[in-house]
Amino acid sequence: MLINLLCIALIGFIIWWFWLYKPSNETKVDASTSILVKDGVYSPARIKIAANTPTEITFLRQDKSGCSATVLLPDLEISQDLALDKPTTIALPALEKGEYPFHCQMQMYKGVLIVE
Amino acid sequence: MDHTTHSPMQLNILGAGCASCVGKIEKAINSVQGVDSAEMNFADRTVLVTGKASAELIIKAVESAGYNATQIQAESAEDAMNEKEQADLQHYKSLLRHTFIALSVGIPLMIYGLFIGEMTVSTLSEQVVWGLVGVMTLAIMLISGRHFYIGAWKSFLNHNANMDTLIALGTGTAWVYSMLIVAFPQLFPEMARHVYFEATAMIIGLINLGLALEVKARGKTSEAIKRLIGLQAKTARVIRDGKDLDIDIAHVLLNDHVRVRPGEKIPVDGVVIEGNSTIDESMLTGEPMPVEKVLGDDVVTGTLNKSGSIIFKATRVGKDTALARIISMVKRAQNSKPPIGRLADVIAAYFVPAIMIIAIVSAMVWFNFGPEPSSVFAIVSATTVLIIACPCALGLATPMSVMVGVGKAAESGVLIRNGEALQTASKITAMILDKTGTITEGKPQVTDIILVNADSEEQVLALSAGIESHSEHPLAQAIVESAHARGIDAINTEHFTAISGKGVEAEVDGQILLFGNKKLMQDKHIDIGLHEAKAQILAEEAKTPMYLALAGKLLAIIAVSDPIKPDSIEAIARLKRSGIKVIMLTGDNKATAAAVAKKVGIDDFFAEVMPEDKANKVAELQQQNEVVGMTGDGINDAPALALADVGFAIGTGTDVAIESADITLMRGSLHGLADAIAISKATLRNIKQNLFGAFIYNVAGIPLAAGVLFPVFGILLNPVIAGAAMAFSSLTVVSNANRLRLFKAKEH
Repeated sequence: MLINLLCIALIGFIIWWFWLYKPSNETKVDASTSILVKDGVYSPARIKIAANTPTEITFLRQDKSGCSATVLLPDLEISQDLALDKPTTIALPALEKGEYPFHCQMQMYKGVLIVE
Repeated sequence: MDHTTHSPMQLNILGAGCASCVGKIEKAINSVQGVDSAEMNFADRTVLVTGKASAELIIKAVESAGYNATQIQAESAEDAMNEKEQADLQHYKSLLRHTFIALSVGIPLMIYGLFIGEMTVSTLSEQVVWGLVGVMTLAIMLISGRHFYIGAWKSFLNHNANMDTLIALGTGTAWVYSMLIVAFPQLFPEMARHVYFEATAMIIGLINLGLALEVKARGKTSEAIKRLIGLQAKTARVIRDGKDLDIDIAHVLLNDHVRVRPGEKIPVDGVVIEGNSTIDESMLTGEPMPVEKVLGDDVVTGTLNKSGSIIFKATRVGKDTALARIISMVKRAQNSKPPIGRLADVIAAYFVPAIMIIAIVSAMVWFNFGPEPSSVFAIVSATTVLIIACPCALGLATPMSVMVGVGKAAESGVLIRNGEALQTASKITAMILDKTGTITEGKPQVTDIILVNADSEEQVLALSAGIESHSEHPLAQAIVESAHARGIDAINTEHFTAISGKGVEAEVDGQILLFGNKKLMQDKHIDIGLHEAKAQILAEEAKTPMYLALAGKLLAIIAVSDPIKPDSIEAIARLKRSGIKVIMLTGDNKATAAAVAKKVGIDDFFAEVMPEDKANKVAELQQQNEVVGMTGDGINDAPALALADVGFAIGTGTDVAIESADITLMRGSLHGLADAIAISKATLRNIKQNLFGAFIYNVAGIPLAAGVLFPVFGILLNPVIAGAAMAFSSLTVVSNANRLRLFKAKEH
């Protein structure tokens, strides 16, 4: 019984943690903000930028895995190779309010641009 | 946290003629806030700047000191590629090392479990021995599997779940369960005291091996880019201050005069200003015949100078050259996804947490309803579900094929803009071809002059060249060139007006001069009477007849013919063979259009179409549920190209509209069109194979791992087998994508 209850609680936790919870570790982009690509994640993974203003975001890839080598912003038709251990800057056009996900080719790394 | 690094920046300095300039320039740059140091090399007129200041500010400072500066893009495409290869090689080696470490423990353990003894814990000595094995396995997890656990933990903290999560959970569950048995065997029924350390070690080893082989196979998918980058010359011979200097191509400046000798590559784009030669452009355009280049002709980076020595003025350098733009476009397209990949993306986004839930449900079912030892079955099935369900193959299926397909197309002189264009091109049911410049050479020549009221051919050519010299139309150029070739001076005309789709009008000595088609004559009430039959005969010979009238009287009929490209007939037949309806569109008269269409084997054509109506024809076909491809030269066909489902721009050599069309054909031949469609079909087929493989693998693998076959057949998948299958699934996808590299368009 205890095992069953634990399993159900675990399922509930998975649904909440991965699908329902909205993390708040957002970073406002300024001239010096960069996203570290390391150990399977973008940090920070949620980036807040101002609407209707062209912005630049810089990725610093320190992960050798093939998946991390490219970052895709499908909604903006951006696909950028990321050099290893070197900053790569992506110029973003002025965007309308909304959320623009970005991820690696295999969607192992995921992040989102929140335009406000 | 600021991760931005500020690598040194190199600038080219212009206008620094004396050594004393060095101090002045360095001082100007050093005064910029954020600059740590500036060192100028007077010999090659470059300056190396370190610090955080932006290039724009530094360039402004140099300009304010009275000089000019441009930033040198320090990293050439070739260097970047080499660096990437080096990084991949190191990664490959480290993955192999991890594989070796994990398998060197996993394989002996597995052999022991299969053939020698029981992997169970009952006595104290077994507790000690298996405890030591457990510690050894933990070491393997920390050494060879460390990257999975760190990745999984970081992803977890970010509310993400990925491949690492599944591997970490699967191997972690097997190890923790085994260690619990080692530590507290009495808590488990005797038949459930089985340890799974070999599974943990084997899974880590096999997945590292799979990743290593994938890294190796991935490298091959970018062969096309490597070849394009390889076309770039490393140095250029520029003429500065009257001297030839061999410099790195990164240092070539706009308007530099560049000397190229026979057998050398063209280092940057430019215009010939001295000498003439033949240049082999086949590497970019696919055209086998070398092209003659004379004064004023364009030369393109990466092409090969064959016969003569030329000097050209650099018009585009660095990342602006046609080759650099092509490389960047191909790279971008290789990384884009066609719509077919979106389903896989959506699934991938929800996949891992869903698998975790399936694993837990599976464990619950085994625990509650399974045979004894139910806890063992629960752990084994949950571990196997987690390990077999890795979504890597799903995530790789589309991008790998697109990468190879777009690269393959680029090698054939076909530039595909993005994945969507690639996919749509494979579905085209109707292809509209513009006649002039697409089916024909686009270089018309005067073939007949029939005098009506004119005194002589000279008079006709002088008048027609006079009016047509104002026009940009290809037919107009034919008239002007014909007059020029016969040494006839064009008569001055005034008040020139182009009448769209009909012809042109001007004044000569106060009299109205008209030159154009039948419609123009009818509109202006010029009696062409019996002469229309003569024009009709010319048109039936695939010539374009035009009427010349002065002061209300018809003077002559001039026929111009545009030769059909030698391989148009064969290429159109290829398109028709692949089930595509081919339609020709032309502003030319019906009889000429019919004659050309008949010659090239096209059944449907629309003649006398105004440029603005081309897009309407595309829309008409779309309303009939056709997937429409439109092929044109990319300038006057722009609206139709944009409206079509796929716009194919024919750009020969330098004049490519690289950014404007969905697909750009670098060579003039329509075979490029047939190749593009054949490659897109082959790529889509490959993507579907990959997606099928990846989906089937998960759809079949997960229930199998959960144990659906057990109640009837008594079969339950071993986690090690699941690990091996998972490791090689993505390798299978990458290898299948690599098969596309062997595709030969023309044979299909």
